[in-house]
Amino acid sequence: MALLEVDQLITEFATDEGLVRAVDGVSFTVEAGATLGIVGESGCGKSVTALSIMRLLPQPMGRIAGGSLRFQGTDLARLDIPAMQKIRGRRIGMVFQEPMTALNPVHTIGRQLTEGMLLHKVCEPANALRAAADMLDRVGIPSPDLRLGEYPHQLSGGMRQRVVIAMALACEPDLLIADEPTTALDVTIQAQILELIADLQKRMGMAVIMITHDLGVIAETCEQVVVMYAGKVAEQGSVFDIFDRPAHPYTRGLLASIPRLETEAKSRLGVIEGMVPGLRDLPLGCRFENRCTFAVDRCREQLPAPEQVAAGHAVSCLRWQEL
Amino acid sequence: MSAPLLEVSNLQMHFPVREGLFLRARAFNRAVDGVSFTINPGETLGLVGESGCGKSTLGRCITRLYTPTGGSIRFAGEDITHMRPRTLRPLRQDIQMIFQDPMESLNARHTVGDILEEPFIVHRIGDRVWRRKRVAELLNIVGLPARSATRFPFEFSGGQRQRIGIARAIALNPRLVICDEPVSALDVSIQSQILNLLVDLQREFNLAYLFIAHDLAVVKHVSDRVAIMYLGKIVETAPSETLYREASHPYTQSLISAIPVPDPHRKAQRDVLRGDVPSPINPPTGCSFHPRCPRAEPRCSEAEPGLAPLTGNHAAACHLLARSG
Repeated sequence: MALLEVDQLITEFATDEGLVRAVDGVSFTVEAGATLGIVGESGCGKSVTALSIMRLLPQPMGRIAGGSLRFQGTDLARLDIPAMQKIRGRRIGMVFQEPMTALNPVHTIGRQLTEGMLLHKVCEPANALRAAADMLDRVGIPSPDLRLGEYPHQLSGGMRQRVVIAMALACEPDLLIADEPTTALDVTIQAQILELIADLQKRMGMAVIMITHDLGVIAETCEQVVVMYAGKVAEQGSVFDIFDRPAHPYTRGLLASIPRLETEAKSRLGVIEGMVPGLRDLPLGCRFENRCTFAVDRCREQLPAPEQVAAGHAVSCLRWQEL
Repeated sequence: MSAPLLEVSNLQMHFPVREGLFLRARAFNRAVDGVSFTINPGETLGLVGESGCGKSTLGRCITRLYTPTGGSIRFAGEDITHMRPRTLRPLRQDIQMIFQDPMESLNARHTVGDILEEPFIVHRIGDRVWRRKRVAELLNIVGLPARSATRFPFEFSGGQRQRIGIARAIALNPRLVICDEPVSALDVSIQSQILNLLVDLQREFNLAYLFIAHDLAVVKHVSDRVAIMYLGKIVETAPSETLYREASHPYTQSLISAIPVPDPHRKAQRDVLRGDVPSPINPPTGCSFHPRCPRAEPRCSEAEPGLAPLTGNHAAACHLLARSG
């Protein structure tokens, strides 16, 4: 049995201008110990998918309007708040993009780290600080005992993200959701953090959902990849399917538009013309239709369903076979 | 060879760190600490470095948003380091700037037409009819519909706003444009549109760029030459092809090795750089990279290495390279 099975997830937000569907029928599975990447541009619904799994949607605007989130056999979408609180932070940990907003500026590192452990009763109160120091040591923070008494502002950006990771991992969760964990960090610090997550994953045997806009990070860290576009899954498959045999025009466009170190200077980059449609005026047919160079009339009328390209590789495009 | 358009020598920008009752300068933040380079007409110099390395401060010194505390800036043969605002004004037509976040650099209460017309009003160029025509031309050049002129910045997406920022920067036919992280706030598919536009504009109008960014792959893509900055100093500079193939400074090498490659077949075993960037208020002695350098020797903490030529246009500031070279 898969660790997490997301099936036809629909997440909606009530806004002043009516209901907006940020995630529309997203399905994927995460196996125990594996790494799944969700990649897509701003507004594609990747973070909302993560918040749905964590049941942390902004209230009262956001709600899960359909589908199921089976985690170790339990449907998270239907859990009541106390039951969800037993899972959140204990079985599923989360790391956010901006460590400064994820940490409380008026509490010490030690207090923030032990809070979850005490709440979930994973250790005795007397041993909590000891366990917190161990955790800081595991995420590579020098002189952890000293750090326990410090406040977030006394740490550098990379160190803060390490603390956030330590908090997420303190209860040894089975699944870690990392939402753009390195986007706010410099590239040398990003390398440290990605290495740290991979290393801890190996040692603790947890699964990771890595949410990012950076295809480099995806290629480097993930086994399975979900490419999202305007609230839907455009394509999913193994990391080799996505990078070697991309079937969706959007995936291909994305791969062609990244400047690489090997490309010739000032050569023309591939572009995807236009921009993502607003969630309030989505096209009837394929959501990528207005930017797709292969779009024909039926793309404008008919919503593409996921079709199997090969085992484990699915694409939502009416014309993938012709391309 | 023609004379360089911009000549920066030994530029310093030290900000006082004021403390205490009388706000005396207790220390100095050496944001830019002895930087020299040139940019030729129509050329792009890429400036790469991590947060806090002083790359943005350097850009702001060149546009004279800051007055440097040392060294000199010569633009088209003229020393502009300490030029007064009044004498500087005509020169501002020639040096323009594109900022990272176009939402913050565009006045939210002005229409796009007003924003693009303003440079002409400030510099007393043309009459109203001519200016309106020129605004329409500019919008066309950056790929926006003419009707955008009557709209406000918030009605545009991030990529379109950056196009407006670019249109404003090129309005007065500048010779040098400082691009400070122009694409780092944009999605990849939009980023490539803007990079292509910048390259096209350079060819069409013979613009010189100082392209400041933290993303080495992006910088390498648009630049003729690249300079790598660390803690207020340039540690290596080379033509962009050379820099990537023959990176010599240990910092440049770790920077390149840290970039995640979008190719799952190349999950490289990389040399992850340890530690954080030290504070520019109290930089390390000797080579400022030595506390993080995997190859540091005792002398690296004692003497500061100067930028020394390796081959042709390739130079690096590292004791270990000076010996072998």
